[in-house]
Amino acid sequence: MSLKDKTAVVGVGSSQYYRRGQSLPQTTMELACKAILAAVEDAGLTVKDIDGFAYYSGGMDTGLLAQTLGIPEIRFSATLTAGGSGSAGSVGLAASAVASGQAECVVSVMALQQVPEARFGAAFAAKSGPYAAKPTPTSAFVTPYGVFAPGHFFSLITQRHMHLYGTKREHFAEVAISQRENALRRPTALHTKPLTLDDYFNARMISDPLCLFDYTMESDGAVAVITTSAERARDLRHPPVYVMAAAMGGDGRWGGGITWMGMPDDLFPTAGAGAVGRMVYERAGIGPSDVDVALLYDHFAPMVLLQLEDYGFCKPGESGPFVAEGNIRWPNGSIPVNTHGGNLSEAYIIGMTHVREAVEQLRGTAVNQVEGAEIALVTGGPSSIPVSALLLRR
Amino acid sequence: MSPRPAGAPPAEIANISVDSWTEPFWVAAREHKLVCARCASCGTFRMPPTPFCPNCNSQDTEWPELSGRATVYSFTIVRHPVTPELAANVPYVIGLVDLDDAPGARMFTNIVDCDPDTVYVGQPVQVVWDDVADGVTMPRFTPLTS
Repeated sequence: MSLKDKTAVVGVGSSQYYRRGQSLPQTTMELACKAILAAVEDAGLTVKDIDGFAYYSGGMDTGLLAQTLGIPEIRFSATLTAGGSGSAGSVGLAASAVASGQAECVVSVMALQQVPEARFGAAFAAKSGPYAAKPTPTSAFVTPYGVFAPGHFFSLITQRHMHLYGTKREHFAEVAISQRENALRRPTALHTKPLTLDDYFNARMISDPLCLFDYTMESDGAVAVITTSAERARDLRHPPVYVMAAAMGGDGRWGGGITWMGMPDDLFPTAGAGAVGRMVYERAGIGPSDVDVALLYDHFAPMVLLQLEDYGFCKPGESGPFVAEGNIRWPNGSIPVNTHGGNLSEAYIIGMTHVREAVEQLRGTAVNQVEGAEIALVTGGPSSIPVSALLLRR
Repeated sequence: MSPRPAGAPPAEIANISVDSWTEPFWVAAREHKLVCARCASCGTFRMPPTPFCPNCNSQDTEWPELSGRATVYSFTIVRHPVTPELAANVPYVIGLVDLDDAPGARMFTNIVDCDPDTVYVGQPVQVVWDDVADGVTMPRFTPLTS
């Protein structure tokens, strides 16, 4: 059974986005509910229509959401394993639930509220507090070397890519600068000032070769997305945004991925998304040249480059020159990327803003509208398996 | 205990938890021996040690002692401390090294006793032993001279 075009995304909603810690004294649950209420309003539904939840990165307490919002019956509640790499996949999970008849209106939601006393990006270093990780036999081979943060892992992949292919910091800067340009036009974006090449090169180096502007920002907020059947979608407020295909997983040789780093030579300098890219295109019956706008998970600027390769927009090793030629720029690039500003410059809600932007693009209501956009790619990851991808069409 | 290598992260973070599959590595490290799990059935090396050979699923495991020579596969120079406890330790170099006589085995480590700006991909390195605390010894690597 194929998922193709059987379901559609019919509602998207967000809370306000905030700098890290600025969303207090609201609660995380409150932020999530604000996004869900905005999404049902956007769809022309009510909370009484919701009957399922499909999450990623730990998920939320479905019972408490039902209790808080007065949802009459839950028919589906599930979470993808791993972390932010499941953002696009959570919508695929929702689509699977709907297409298989288990539920009719499934919410995917991410609410992120980074508490002031601890930093998400130092997760592996925390000895106590909400992000603390207990030492394990596996972490003994990692953290005692001062390997604590996602930036450390991704700098190692980045360095290898630079060594093999001559990729340069100017190429990472092009990702950061182009996304900043996109963010500047969006009233929702937390970054409001232009980023110049000088700014980029003068920024502090964090985990060389990654500098401050290669890192996602730290922010608070929530985004919710509602998926329902294609049939029901046609009667709702907006034109349906159909789920062409979804995929989650990865090459088994990626293994423990970033916390292992034993990937074979052909996989190491990638975003670990090649297998998922092949799956999602095959299921949709299209190729990369059919995609009009790409919303690529951008926790680190160089990982946008590696995904351009994994998802077939350019050949392996050629993403640096590819972006230098202006290919990812809105509006005239061959494949505009992260037209909302992304995690780097709009807000970091662990990738769910990318789904929202894809829907706005395909409705024709995006701030940085790609003219005539018909197909959008949304990705989650790079990270541990499963990484995920979603192809949406209008 | 000998002096700790220059550029090694602080002792406080060398928190070693073990299970029956990883313990031989840390016991050997205490004796300043670098060992690596090798499948006794098909000869495939694996790092870190896990309960099964990913090639043939055998659990029979040998622990050959290695020369300690390795090659830098990738690295990062950490210039900004992720937590305040690391402030006195930056810059330090996180290295990923391929163990020369254990093909397929790669490990996280630190490249120590050298100028961080001289580290490069493909650099030959040699294990040095860092007696971090009583009963805790970490393998780190230093550039091979000569």
